[in-house]
Amino acid sequence: MAKLVILGAGIAGHTAALHARRKLGREHEIIVIAPNSKWNWIPSNIWVGVGWMKPEQVTFELAPVYKKQHITFKQARAVSIHPQGDSSHAQPFVSIEYTLPGKAGQTEQVAYDYLINATGPKLNFAATEGLGPEKNSLSVCTYGHAEQTAGILKEHIERMKKGEHLKFVVGTGHGMCTCQGAAFEYIFNLEFELQKAGVRDKATITWLSNEVELGDFGIGGMLLKRGGYITHSRIFAESLFTERGLDWITQAHVTKVEKNRTHYELLNGETGTIEHDFAMLLPPFSGVGLKAFDKEGTDITSDLFAANGFMKVDADYTPKPYDQWKPSDWPKTYQNPLYKNIFAVGIAFAPPHGISKPMKNPNGTPINPTPPRTGMPSGVMGRIVAYSIVDLIKSRNKPLREASMANMGAACIASAGAGLFNGSGVSMTMYPIIPDFDKYPETGRDIKYTTGEIGLAGHWIKHALHYAFIYKAKALPLWMAVPE
Amino acid sequence: MVKRNPYEQNYYPPVPTKLTRWSRVSLLWQSFRFIVLNIKILRMVRKH
Ligand SMILES: Cc1cc2nc3c(=O)[nH]c(=O)nc-3n(C[C@H](O)[C@H](O)[C@H](O)COP(=O)(O)OP(=O)(O)OC[C@H]3O[C@@H](n4cnc5c(N)ncnc54)[C@H](O)[C@@H]3O)c2cc1C
Repeated sequence: MAKLVILGAGIAGHTAALHARRKLGREHEIIVIAPNSKWNWIPSNIWVGVGWMKPEQVTFELAPVYKKQHITFKQARAVSIHPQGDSSHAQPFVSIEYTLPGKAGQTEQVAYDYLINATGPKLNFAATEGLGPEKNSLSVCTYGHAEQTAGILKEHIERMKKGEHLKFVVGTGHGMCTCQGAAFEYIFNLEFELQKAGVRDKATITWLSNEVELGDFGIGGMLLKRGGYITHSRIFAESLFTERGLDWITQAHVTKVEKNRTHYELLNGETGTIEHDFAMLLPPFSGVGLKAFDKEGTDITSDLFAANGFMKVDADYTPKPYDQWKPSDWPKTYQNPLYKNIFAVGIAFAPPHGISKPMKNPNGTPINPTPPRTGMPSGVMGRIVAYSIVDLIKSRNKPLREASMANMGAACIASAGAGLFNGSGVSMTMYPIIPDFDKYPETGRDIKYTTGEIGLAGHWIKHALHYAFIYKAKALPLWMAVPE
Repeated sequence: MVKRNPYEQNYYPPVPTKLTRWSRVSLLWQSFRFIVLNIKILRMVRKH
């Protein structure tokens, strides 16, 4: 009998738990540890953030699903990993602190044979002065943040209906942010909602981001076929911004957010200030701050985790300049090199380096997106790591399963306005996620699988995916037929 | 209709023609694109 412990019940962790349960008999125990009682389909938080959906439509309670699946659920936060056990425990374990009402603050040590770290990101609002929903800007990263943002948007729409002209800023709140796609979706949904409310002419909307150019998305952009040319996603994005009357400021590191004003410095060293009545700025991500200790209680956090708090896996972490980056630097099995029974998936694994080129301004401030790890790859990693662990538990003499982002495609459907007949979405596919200019010298990616288009069909797909992934996450009949 | 300001940011990018904008909301064309896009996504998913 083996014990698999999974930290985190997001896209990666929850997918891993369901697949492991499907493949492992009941004699093996699966334990999921996560601080929230609810599962959240995060991509639809965008729609909560404009008031088109309610939090109840993007969440559900995890406990009943896990009960039905015979998975033990501990509503708690992992605090530290003890991969060698300690003086009184021979087996490795994780220290957790309960968040479950009634048990909040209680601690426990949970032993494991195999551990999957799928704790996702810490939303590091503290990296920028004044950033975040508790201070001077808004967010859609959690359903709670998104609901608050929708409420404030509603008040602003009322003010505009009364004749006020308001300024909106949407983008990234730090030079090292990732997840530009989410902010991109938000700015277009915001614009669409203002159109619907009949107040678009009363709003100035500006994009403020750390991308070197629009359409970078933290993946160095994409080259794709459009209208008889192979063209960069920058052209595609600029066209969309122009069409919707949105201004943009790129290459920006936000240094401070005040109530109605954001300060930033640019890649060329210049500084600027933008006034606003409403600012939705994403935070940079870091690891959630797990610690690690050896048998004697010595802190070995830096053995398991990179400086940004994400867990080291089978990537090549040798520091090297951009022109020496290789697709093979990216991890394949997500196994920790020191402790072979520990894996990290989704946002929790430490990438070897960025995908977008690292840049610094004359003051030495780094301004470039860090690499995104979106839903589809996170789910795929969750599944293949679950399968690898199942193989190990069943002593199958098989190599670990592989799913490198350098050998994996992604489909990203970015909503650009929600409506059954008048909505739209940007449908992007790319293969591989990590560009490979040795293999595809002209385009970095396979042009057959790297595409982008905008239209109502994109909205339909995004809406269908919302229902399909919630169905799957609830583990309803034939859930496994819905691919990651 | 986009008002372009010469020599400013929005002067340079391509903007869609009326036909392109119509095709983005045409139920017939978008139903077809829905099928095509789903096939593309499924082909992508099957690679892993
Ligand atoms: C607003 C927004 C929109 C997005 N839209 C899209 C989209 O359209 N398409 C797309 O592909 N991707 C999208 N993404 C990205 C996508 O949400 C992430 O790729 C995905 O959630 C990553 O999955 P994950 O499991 O690694 O992390 P998460 O989903 O964040 O899950 C992390 C889990 O770990 C738990 N946890 C945190 N700390 C601890 C701890 N100490 N101990 C135990 N558990 C812990 C959390 O509670 C959570 O359950 C979006 C992201 C945002 C913020």
